[in-house]
Amino acid sequence: MVASITQRITGVALYFGTFLLTAWMVALVTNQTAFECISTCIGSIFGQIVMFLWAVAVLFHLANGFRHLLWDGPHIGFDPKVASTWSIINYVFAFLGAGGLWAAANLL
Amino acid sequence: MSDNNFISPTKTARGLGSSKSGTSHHIRQRVSAIALLFLVPWFIYAIMTASGMDWASAREWAGKPHNALLLMLTAGAAIYHMCLGMQVIIEDYIYTPGMKGFLLILNRFACIALFAAFALSVLKLWIGADA
Repeated sequence: MVASITQRITGVALYFGTFLLTAWMVALVTNQTAFECISTCIGSIFGQIVMFLWAVAVLFHLANGFRHLLWDGPHIGFDPKVASTWSIINYVFAFLGAGGLWAAANLL
Repeated sequence: MSDNNFISPTKTARGLGSSKSGTSHHIRQRVSAIALLFLVPWFIYAIMTASGMDWASAREWAGKPHNALLLMLTAGAAIYHMCLGMQVIIEDYIYTPGMKGFLLILNRFACIALFAAFALSVLKLWIGADA
């Protein structure tokens, strides 16, 4: 249940995140100053936190969405125990994955 | 109902479901999800590659044919998917008829505008790149 509403909340977050992504894309084409301003923002601590949460939202929505596809298509994972465990795995995957991405982006 | 028709409206409607477009919406949502299952991992990799670049190299990167193609596909599938998703959220939580209609139209317009802005940007970089 919690995973279901999280799916919705992350979906809404990603909806508005896409506006920022498009702004970044438009800045890439039209305005060097705006693009560099966005790059600086992303590099700041606040920007890094936003990027981290963004990654958490993307990974959660991706993993949980994949589960929805398995539910709807081959009907896999309906058993309550499996479903509950899988929800927890999705949260863990989202945070660990986002941490991994952050590490890969900053340390490699 | 005409005078000669003795079948009640309930009888006529029974068994036909909601007579709306829910199934089609559901399938579209799932099909775009399947596309995104492949496109989003690439997009994460792309953002990590491109976000560290300066303006000129990021432009060059986005203008490369395969990157431009995948950016366009990702934007198309993602914006379509989120448009459908937001539509359901509005239908679920907004009960005032006027506000509901307004938000549904706003959602459509915003998503189409977003895709147009994104697509034109990618096209410009792709066409502008000498390849």
